[in-house]
Amino acid sequence: MAGTAVRRRLTWQLGTVGSLTDETAMVRTIALDVPGWPGHRAGQHLDVRLTAEDGYRAERSYSIASAPGEPVAITVERLDDGEVSPYLTKELMATDELELRGPIGGYFVWDPTDCRPLMLLAGGSGIVPLRAILRHRERTGSAVPVRLLYSSRSWEDVIYRDELDALGDGVQVIHALTRRQPPGWTGYARRVDAQMLTEVAWPADQAPLAYACGPTSFVETVAGGLVGLGYPPQRVKTERFGATGDR
Amino acid sequence: MEALDGNAIGGLLIDVFGTEMTAERSTCATCGASRPVAELVVYRPGLGTVVRCRTCGSVLMVFAQFRGITCVDLHGLAALG
Repeated sequence: MAGTAVRRRLTWQLGTVGSLTDETAMVRTIALDVPGWPGHRAGQHLDVRLTAEDGYRAERSYSIASAPGEPVAITVERLDDGEVSPYLTKELMATDELELRGPIGGYFVWDPTDCRPLMLLAGGSGIVPLRAILRHRERTGSAVPVRLLYSSRSWEDVIYRDELDALGDGVQVIHALTRRQPPGWTGYARRVDAQMLTEVAWPADQAPLAYACGPTSFVETVAGGLVGLGYPPQRVKTERFGATGDR
Repeated sequence: MEALDGNAIGGLLIDVFGTEMTAERSTCATCGASRPVAELVVYRPGLGTVVRCRTCGSVLMVFAQFRGITCVDLHGLAALG
């Protein structure tokens, strides 16, 4: 973390692709070996740049999926009409090189010295920076209690499902499946709304710190809902990746 | 096109200001609203980047990139950082 506090230019550099892990049918985690990586904070992102043979460039931001101290990894959701994500999730192979720069961001970050209960809210691939926070919490032995409300289209679309299942004491994971539910599903079967937040979120008088990440409409709903429950706006950190968000 | 937020331009802002800016406070010159840059409304239509106030919608910052040069208009800001 000390490395990120130092002022430095952000330069494009090459990372080498290590392992590739399919998280769901549409989502892949890409581990990267980045020489001289200065270290990152939980919640930060990096920029990826692809250059076509004719010189056309496309740039996207991806949240870092790994905890500080772990090798850099990003988790990418494929958008079939995207310019960048189809390449990253279908064509990219181990040992390929990828142009990137980072780490980036000083707002949507969590520090394990913070003792406030964590309220994490993810819509789809908005889980990625929150997974870095959860891993960082585990690795640093933080005892802050966590509730994660995670909205996915279906059970098959839940990213990091096994890892979230295996989380230890102090972390409650509440799933909402918006489009399709497995037989016998007793959990939430709708989009996150104010009523759900009332049932799931830490009461405001416990002074929780909230992180919400996902599509813009999801983040607007949950951030507004939490403020309605009495969360001070400055304790609701948000990151929106648009409707299609290649992130 | 749906809006992003100020987190999305963290890299661009490091290019322009030489340091991380998304956690810095911004103050709108039109309505006086103050919030972290990360909470501003960001549109990236391809030609450039437009940053608007989340309270009143005024344009706070515009960035346009051309042949490696970034043009910056901070006219709508009363304060930054």
